[in-house]
Amino acid sequence: MSATFRSIAPRPAPVSTEGFVPWARANLFGNWPSAVTTLLLLGMFFWYLPGMLNWMVLKAVFVPNIQQCQAARDTGACWGVIAEKYRLIIFGRYPFDEQWRPEVATIALVALLMASCVRMFWRPWLALLWLLVMAFVFIMMHGGVAGLSVVETDRWGGLPLTVLVATLSIVLAFPLSVLVALGRRSKMPAIKTICTIYVELIRGVPLISVLFMASFMFPLFMPPGTSIDVLLRVLVGITLFSAAYLAEIVRGGLQAIPKGQQEAADTLGLSYWQAQRKIILPQALAIVVPGVMNSFIAIFKDTSLITIVSLYELTGSMGLALDSDSDWRPFKIEGYIFITAIYFVFCFSMSRYSLWIEKQLSTSKNR
Amino acid sequence: MTATAVPPKKRNWSLRSRAVRGVLYQIIALGLIALAVWFLAHNTLQNMRVRGIQSGFDFLDQPAGFDIGESLIPYDSMNPYWKAFLVGVLNTLRVSVIGIVLATVLGTLLGIGRFSHNALVRGLCYAYVEVFRNVPVLLHLLMWYLVLVSALPGPGEERSVFGLFFLSNGGVSYPVPVWGLGQALALAGLLVGVVLSWLWAKRARRLFELTGKPRLVLWPSLALLLAGALAGWLLGGAPTAWSIPKVGEFSVNGGSSLTPEFIAVLLGLVFYTTSYIAEVVRAGIASVARGQSEASAALGLSKGQQMRLVVLPQALRVIIPPMTNQFLNLTKNSSLAVAIGYPDLVSISNTALNQTGRAIECISIIMAVYLTTSLGTSLLMNLYNKHAAIKER
Repeated sequence: MSATFRSIAPRPAPVSTEGFVPWARANLFGNWPSAVTTLLLLGMFFWYLPGMLNWMVLKAVFVPNIQQCQAARDTGACWGVIAEKYRLIIFGRYPFDEQWRPEVATIALVALLMASCVRMFWRPWLALLWLLVMAFVFIMMHGGVAGLSVVETDRWGGLPLTVLVATLSIVLAFPLSVLVALGRRSKMPAIKTICTIYVELIRGVPLISVLFMASFMFPLFMPPGTSIDVLLRVLVGITLFSAAYLAEIVRGGLQAIPKGQQEAADTLGLSYWQAQRKIILPQALAIVVPGVMNSFIAIFKDTSLITIVSLYELTGSMGLALDSDSDWRPFKIEGYIFITAIYFVFCFSMSRYSLWIEKQLSTSKNR
Repeated sequence: MTATAVPPKKRNWSLRSRAVRGVLYQIIALGLIALAVWFLAHNTLQNMRVRGIQSGFDFLDQPAGFDIGESLIPYDSMNPYWKAFLVGVLNTLRVSVIGIVLATVLGTLLGIGRFSHNALVRGLCYAYVEVFRNVPVLLHLLMWYLVLVSALPGPGEERSVFGLFFLSNGGVSYPVPVWGLGQALALAGLLVGVVLSWLWAKRARRLFELTGKPRLVLWPSLALLLAGALAGWLLGGAPTAWSIPKVGEFSVNGGSSLTPEFIAVLLGLVFYTTSYIAEVVRAGIASVARGQSEASAALGLSKGQQMRLVVLPQALRVIIPPMTNQFLNLTKNSSLAVAIGYPDLVSISNTALNQTGRAIECISIIMAVYLTTSLGTSLLMNLYNKHAAIKER
């Protein structure tokens, strides 16, 4: 029996799984419905793209020229309104010639905030730095020393006010919230009840009613003859409001710490405060960082509400800047897009930082 | 070894005892709070005397004297204040309830979309969440209002669709049936239909568990609802009168309408809250172990069935508590309607406050209403949560 050698047919090359085409095949055209969705979405995108591009860029007016803007009213955006009004939008009613002062103050504040985000700087001297920078910011904004003219708080406005109110209420609310959270877990019934009532009461009402209270009712609460600055009152309102939300987040962190930690601390003879400071809080606060960051973002966004009680922060100063000028008023939507972008940049970077720090703090557990 | 008698525990009244100090701290805390309350109350009373401010809720019976743009119940400026507040509460509830329903539906779709096999859908859902979440809700409302006001046609340029729907600067007008006995009976019939279909669903479930044969639920329920409404309508004499909007000299009259303020508040709240609900749903689905959907795929369930029958019921446990928070947030955020003039509770209280100067009373009413709604909603959601939670034996 003779057999001739016959080689088997070569196997086909393995299907490539790398690169764009295989990725697109799996992720964009995986099956029929998916392919149809992809085509539909792409079709819509290319259908609307020219119009959007025309409005946003190609037919838009970038120079602060009212005639050109009015001519291009229905065809393109008028970014000239930003070029014309950006100082009013960003600084509100702050005296025009002195606007370098809030600028410097805000830069200092933002730089400090960024520095505080780096773990390397989490040292006791950072607290001292905070005090110094806060004093510097107040002096720059308010003036009255070193030849700076006095600018009362009702003239403060725009982005500096937004950043200032957000930062101050975050910084003040945080320690308060830790105390309230500890109080809610306290074994003393009176303390526990007080803290619980405070948290539930505040969380049950909208911020706007707390602001109304700060603005309309607070003057009634004070001894006759005293008057407290409206900015300070609003600041107290926002701080008390955010502290209640933060306290719930911190309490969540405290609950996640095993009971053995507290018991071990007691065994070592640590006092209540020593145990909290050295054992419980460092662990609990590390867990709640993402939640706290989310809360910070919420506070930053909530500062826009103080417009309603006549403090012209970014949202309010935008309205003020354009409402007072009948020529430019029709281009308010461009103004809104501008401040939306500002809010987005701040909030988005905070949420990215939150993701990053979460990863940093959980590395010890991942090993 | 001899058993030693345990000496009776002596009460230690020194400051070194933790218990004694605890009592002391509590007394101090309560004392401070009582002092603060007394101080504030004393100042308030003194201020009111000095400034001649009247207090009390008696103003609620006086005529309000201001008109309200939209109302679910008949109201005019001669009506007392309490009725104005009631209109405000109803307007708040109206926008919140509709907003919650819409935001839940949209948010769930977007949250599920984050797990799509299609990269474009995934990316779009992600982009939506990031963009809408990072912009203050007040800005959402203001922008929608501005867009609506500038997009809606002015007086004399009203646009109509089939002569039934009208777009004008007063918003969207649409025809409504004239309310009468027939409509009331139809509504009652609909309610009966709801009860009947609930009973049918219960029975179908029991039969399914007994025999393993699935019974139809959706179609019979729909048929029951329809039959109930139809029976009520026929019983009431089958009225067919409709109130159809007409273009008048200055505005569109007749029918019912959605004002630009209402639409702006609704859209702003819905688009903002949707992004949060999408995140809640995404986190809930991500918490369900991957093996669950793989196992159900192995059993031959389709993608939709896997989601509906296996993944979502388990995800619900994680979803419900944060979802409750979002519902409450939406309700509380509806108070921002004051910024664009939608007559919700806060904006009516604000008007009343400016007219009567009774700040304490008006703000207390706002807070009391919101506290009641918040606590009520969390009570209901807690009940549902108990229903959905893992039943441990």
